Parts: sequence; C-alpha cells; structure tokens
Amino acid sequence: MPLPASSGIHRPTLYIGLGLFALAAVTWFDARSMSIRATYGMGADAASYFVAAFIAALGVGHVFAAMKPGIDAGETDWGAVMWIALAMGGLVGSIWIGLGFILGSTLLFALTARAFGRRALPFDLAIGFGLSLMIFLLFNKLLKLSLPSGPLERLF
Amino acid sequence: MDALIQLFDGFALAIAPMNLAFAAIGVLLGTAVGVLPGIGPALTVALLLPVTFKMDPGGSLIMFAGIYYGGMYGGSTTAILLNTPGEAASVVTALEGNKMARKGRGGPALATAAIGSFVAALIATAGLAFLAPILVKIAVKFGPWDYFGLMLIAFVTVSATFGSSPLRGLTSLAIGLWLGLIGIDQLTGQTRLAFGVPNLFDGIEVTTLAVGLFAIGEALFVASRHFYAPEKPIPISGSIWMTRKDWARSWKPWLRGAGIGFPIGALPAGGAEIPTFLSYTTERKLSKHPEEFGHGAIEGVAGPEAANNASAAGSLVPLLTLGLPTSATAAVMLAGFQQYNIQPGPLLFVQHADLVWALIASLFIANVMLLVLNLPLVGLWVQLLKIPLPWLYGGILVFATMGTIAANPSVVELLVLSAFGALGFIMRRYDYPIAPVVVGLILGPMADSQLRRALQMSLGDPMVLLQHPGSATMIVIATVALIAPFVFRGLARFRAEED
Repeated sequence: MPLPASSGIHRPTLYIGLGLFALAAVTWFDARSMSIRATYGMGADAASYFVAAFIAALGVGHVFAAMKPGIDAGETDWGAVMWIALAMGGLVGSIWIGLGFILGSTLLFALTARAFGRRALPFDLAIGFGLSLMIFLLFNKLLKLSLPSGPLERLF
Repeated sequence: MDALIQLFDGFALAIAPMNLAFAAIGVLLGTAVGVLPGIGPALTVALLLPVTFKMDPGGSLIMFAGIYYGGMYGGSTTAILLNTPGEAASVVTALEGNKMARKGRGGPALATAAIGSFVAALIATAGLAFLAPILVKIAVKFGPWDYFGLMLIAFVTVSATFGSSPLRGLTSLAIGLWLGLIGIDQLTGQTRLAFGVPNLFDGIEVTTLAVGLFAIGEALFVASRHFYAPEKPIPISGSIWMTRKDWARSWKPWLRGAGIGFPIGALPAGGAEIPTFLSYTTERKLSKHPEEFGHGAIEGVAGPEAANNASAAGSLVPLLTLGLPTSATAAVMLAGFQQYNIQPGPLLFVQHADLVWALIASLFIANVMLLVLNLPLVGLWVQLLKIPLPWLYGGILVFATMGTIAANPSVVELLVLSAFGALGFIMRRYDYPIAPVVVGLILGPMADSQLRRALQMSLGDPMVLLQHPGSATMIVIATVALIAPFVFRGLARFRAEED
C-alpha cells in the first residue's frame, strides 16, 4: 500500500487505534447503563470497565506505534474481497428470504470460486449445487441436523 | 495404580466395535480436512464439530480424539509437500521437510513425521494418563483466586510473551476479552453489550468465532493477495519408506522432541510453537551433519514433528484437569466438551471418570490407527492437495457456514460469522495473532467469574489474591511475563545503539 511519505504516519495502525478508542467508549457507556449491582465485591460492570480501560490503553499504544513505520499490507485485489462478500451475502440473503440451505450454499460456492479467479460460473453453480445437495442429504437425513429448508429441501 | 485400572476400563469402553469405528472415522476425517492447505488443527476440529452434534457424548469424544490427531498429522503433510504450514507449530516442519520433498525424499520425510508423531504422542499420552490424576488431586484444593492467577498466566503467555509484537498480541487478547463480555452475565443476570439483540444474550459461540476468523478470514486474505497462483504439491518419487540410515538418524530426535514437547505443552501457558523451535535448534546443534540443515536434514523434520505432537497432547493436561485451554485448538475442544454439558476440570475426573479415561484410551487407539491407515493412504492425501483452490475454498466456506447454520439456524448468527471473517482478514493483513482472540473469548468470562467468586468470599477485599501463596506467585509470574518482552526489547535496542 503506497503511503504518503511526507506525513510519516502509518495510517492503518492509526485507524486501528481510533477503532479501539471507539470500542472502549461503547463498552464504557454500556457498563454505565448496567443496573444490577452485586452485594459484595465486583458487579457485572467491573469487567466491562476493565476491558474498556485495557482497550483504550492499547489504543494509545497504537497511536504511538503509528509514528513508526508499520507493516506494508502489499497489493490487494479488492475485487476478490468483494466477490467473497457477495458470496456470503448470497447465503445470508437466501436464508433470510427462505430460499433454503441448498440454494444459498450453491451461490456461496460459485461466487467464492469466482473470487479465486474462476470464470465458468454456470459450471461452478452446478458443482456447488451437487456439493450442497450432498451435504444436505448427509447432514439432514443421516445425522439429523436441522438445516434451513426452502422449496428445494421440502422435496426430500 | 488406581489410574491404571481406570485406564484399562477406558480401553474396555474404547475397544467396543462401534467406538473403534468412531475413532477410525475421526482419524480419516481429521486427516482429510487437516491436509487441505490453509486449514490448521483448530479449524479442523471446529469444522468437524457438527458431525458429532447428535451423537452420544462417549462416541463423539472418541471421534474427537481421532479428529484431533488426524488434523495434526494432516497439517504436517501439507507443510512437507506444499510448503504451506497451516499453523505456527508446523512452520519448522515445512523448513526442512519441504526441502527433503524437493530432493525427491518426500516419502521418508512423511514417514519420519508420521512415525515420530506416533512415538511422541504415545509417550505424551502416557504422560497425560500418569500426570492428570496427580494434578487433579492438587487442583481440587485450588481456590477461585488460584484459578484467576492461572488464567492471568495463560492470557499473558498466549498473547504477549512469545509473539512477534506484544502490542498486537495484547490487542488480539483484548478483542477476545471484549467478545467474552457479550451476553448475560452468569452471576447476576445482567446483560452486557448485547444491545437488545436476543441472539446475543447467550454470548458468542467459540466455534462461530474460530470458523469466522480461521476459514472466512483466511479465504478473504488468500483471495485478496492472489495467492491462488497454481501451486502444485511435490510428487513423491522413489520409496516412501525410510532407509536404515534414516531410522538411525531419526529415533533420537523423536525421543528428544517428545521430551521437549510434553512438559512445555503440559504447562498452563501458551506458546505451542516454542517446543518445535527448541527441538529444531537442539537437533541442529547435536547433528553430525549440521551442513544439511536448511537443505533437507531428516533430523529437522523428526524432532520438531515429535515435539509438536507431544506438546499438543501435553496441552490436554491443563485442558482436562484445570479446564484451561492454552491454544486455539484446545479452546475449540473445550467448546466441543461444553456442547455435551461436560465441563473439564478436576470434577470431570470424579463425575465422568469413565468418559475421561475412554477419551485417553481413544487417544492411544487413534494414534495407532493414524500410523496404520495413513502411511499406506498417503497417495490419497496427495490427491486432496491437488483440488484447485477456487473449488477448495468454495467447499471450505460451504462447510464452514453449514456448521454455523446447523448449530444455530439464524441470520444474526451468519452475520456475526461474516463480521468475524472481516475481522480475521484485517488481523491477517496487519499480522495480529489469531489464537489470543479465541483463548480470550473462552477464558475471559471464566476469569471474570473466578475473580468475583474470590472477592465474594473475601467480602470484597482484593488483597485475598495476594494473601494466598499460590495465587500471589502466579500473579507475580504473569506480571513478569507481561513486562519481560518490553524490557528485553528495550535492552536489545539499548545494546544496538551502543554498538
């Protein structure tokens, strides 16, 4: 990742540090809103306060570490990352609207293969379908796990 | 003596034909999944947990033993033939093993790894059977303050002491601790960080976290870096058997590796890769052929592989006797036990003595099966390495999400899984260790409740932690282990400036 050499600040480390501050703040406010108190010793909020303080301290550490040169993440193919995000989205969406496990997993398989550079989408869809069907039959019928059902699953 | 009788009872249970079949299926599945590139033992166990969801505890624990050892063996095969170690502990195996494979000595490299693992695991499992009852007798006397001290040591050593950067290691741990807060507090019923989402009330599942971080995070990382350039396993040419000379050069490293690995693994502290590095440097010093190191020395595979397996079996000691996981794999195993309402710890040896000893007996049996099944089947495992990466990762993601859906069929759980995938991706990109997150998630709430129990017993006086010699000592050790890397780093810099 090309970094602006002039500022001399390692941006990713700085952003992670800022993210840690945000996380600490959320945890702190959550702990403040807790109403159930313990009779002796610490309540449920003590651990939250401790973790919030710990995370904030690490945030400070990151801000200092950002002053020094950090890890170069290298070239990144964001397109591939988007394909995998889309693949996970395909599965989540299928379960959400009730299309069932097999169709969702077929999408997941084919879109993940696309992220790794495959171009033959119809062929991969077919393989994904076969694999998902096999897993469904094995786990739903043989091992009696309940996988989400859609129109396809009800056929079996 | 008592332990020996119980071990025999364990064998009697484990040797039942059905249980032998479970062990065999476990070994085969564990190896098949573990051999896939990018899948370490922790993910292997997490991915295969759903297979045992609906089985009775006895059978599934026995299958577990097989999966655990099979996953470890599969990892070393990948390291040797593909040079892609699935976990930190097999980095050293890849070092010499891959060089051997390139020279056409892949067969002997795999054989010395397999037989060395067998010998080491046999010794370590015997050590486990011997040590566990003694530790249990000590552990029943532990108060909550002692457990809290032990957990502090585990936290620090897993995240800071042995990592490349204490800041990044501690950040990983903090994220794990934060995730551990989510859900309803067991002692007071107070919800923490659930934001009114009912699915979060029960807390974060360890398996969801492990699968998200390891499987989805890894897939995102590999795809983003175009690591999918055709990578072919090195074909095994020549004999797969070891020559007389190979045997002569291997047997001492096996024993030394087991001797280094088991004690370190059995300590209630993190750092599974330490024994492998220690064994490697020891073998290089003791070898009659030091010039071969770096170019495929068989001792460099035999020793570290033995150390790796012995330490993995050793880490079952704190897991079973204290309920204390010290590696990501042990944390996932603990989650597996909890799935059957079995809580590892000293009481386990009283309440479920038959199960524990059947598990230990199964470790012996799985170990033998591994050797008998895997050396002849090595050709099959090599075929698995040839699956094209797009399909491989497609399959891994399908299987990984299936486990999550089967455990908890909800969209929220899948979204949480995806979020962990993104987290794993960022952590890999910027070199944050993954294991402390998993260990933090499972140990954090335990440390919280032990500390609060201690304070309840002392009526809120925090000095209780320092008044008991056991907990005071452990807190001192944890503090030293926390500060040491920063001090040594400062010293090293100081010296560098002087030069």
